Amino acid sequence: MAAKSGAYRTGEGEREERAKRSTTHVAESSATNLDRLIHERTRLAIVSALAVNKSLTFSELKQLLRATDGNLSVHARKLEDAGYVSCSKSFDGRMPKTEYALSAAGRRALEKYLSHMEALIHATREK
Amino acid sequence: MALPEPLRRPAPPVSIDDHARDNLRFIRETMERAASFTAVPGWGGVAMGITALGAAAIAARQTSPSAWLLTWIAEAFVAIGIACWTTYSKARLAGTPLVTGPARRFAYSFAPPLFVGGLLTILHLRTHEIGIIPGQWLMLYGAGVVTGGAFSIRIVPLMGLCFMVLGAVALFSPWTWQNAFLAAGFGALHIIFGAVIARKYGG
Repeated sequence: MAAKSGAYRTGEGEREERAKRSTTHVAESSATNLDRLIHERTRLAIVSALAVNKSLTFSELKQLLRATDGNLSVHARKLEDAGYVSCSKSFDGRMPKTEYALSAAGRRALEKYLSHMEALIHATREK
Repeated sequence: MALPEPLRRPAPPVSIDDHARDNLRFIRETMERAASFTAVPGWGGVAMGITALGAAAIAARQTSPSAWLLTWIAEAFVAIGIACWTTYSKARLAGTPLVTGPARRFAYSFAPPLFVGGLLTILHLRTHEIGIIPGQWLMLYGAGVVTGGAFSIRIVPLMGLCFMVLGAVALFSPWTWQNAFLAAGFGALHIIFGAVIARKYGG
């Protein structure tokens, strides 16, 4: 997971994209507009899980994705910065509670990603 | 960009469509897990438990066994209504038809034991063996929860198992205890597990 999230960093990400482009011309048309932000597994899982729930708390997401506190908060923050998820903090008694929900932009991004993957499968099948 | 190329050779390319398929599978599995995570309505269980305790109180006052049984059958319909309504409203809150996947799967595994229970109830009514009906109800309901909850959070099949154990004990217990067994199962177990599910897994 760490290696994959590393791919998000500019240098590695570009290198990965270049490698893909040279592999097949299908990748050439698609890898360029692939949403790197939700391509990463943990972030993809967060978005997918939120797509079927109105909201999930930090601990629910953590349990669901079997992620560590640090890992989850970093990825959730990236999605939050992109406007894909909204985050609200409140108190449940004395316990702080962080709740995440998928925004309209996030839902659109997931739908785009899904049709992107379907298009990739379709394209290679037709070749 | 003048980035130095790595010395190691790149890993052999994975077929793009395999990768895409794998991604789609990952999304689907995460969604299913996340949906079944909360598809079981915890507060619904608590509500069902409370109505069951009410039914137990009413049933205890009945003088004839058939009136007693009728009270519990009425309660069964009330509970089914509560379960359907809370599952539906929870799915609607999640705002997606995808949530019907796990809910439907739960219903499919849950319905057969319930159907058998219904048939056996009619049979035992005809043969006047009302005493073994409560134990059977508890066991078959438990079996349904175990199989239906196999794909859900772990606490759900655990609740089913508790129902089955209680039902097994009820089958070998005297008639006068049967109302208490039903109250303990459909009442107490629902309330306890429902509250835990609601608190731990939301709703």
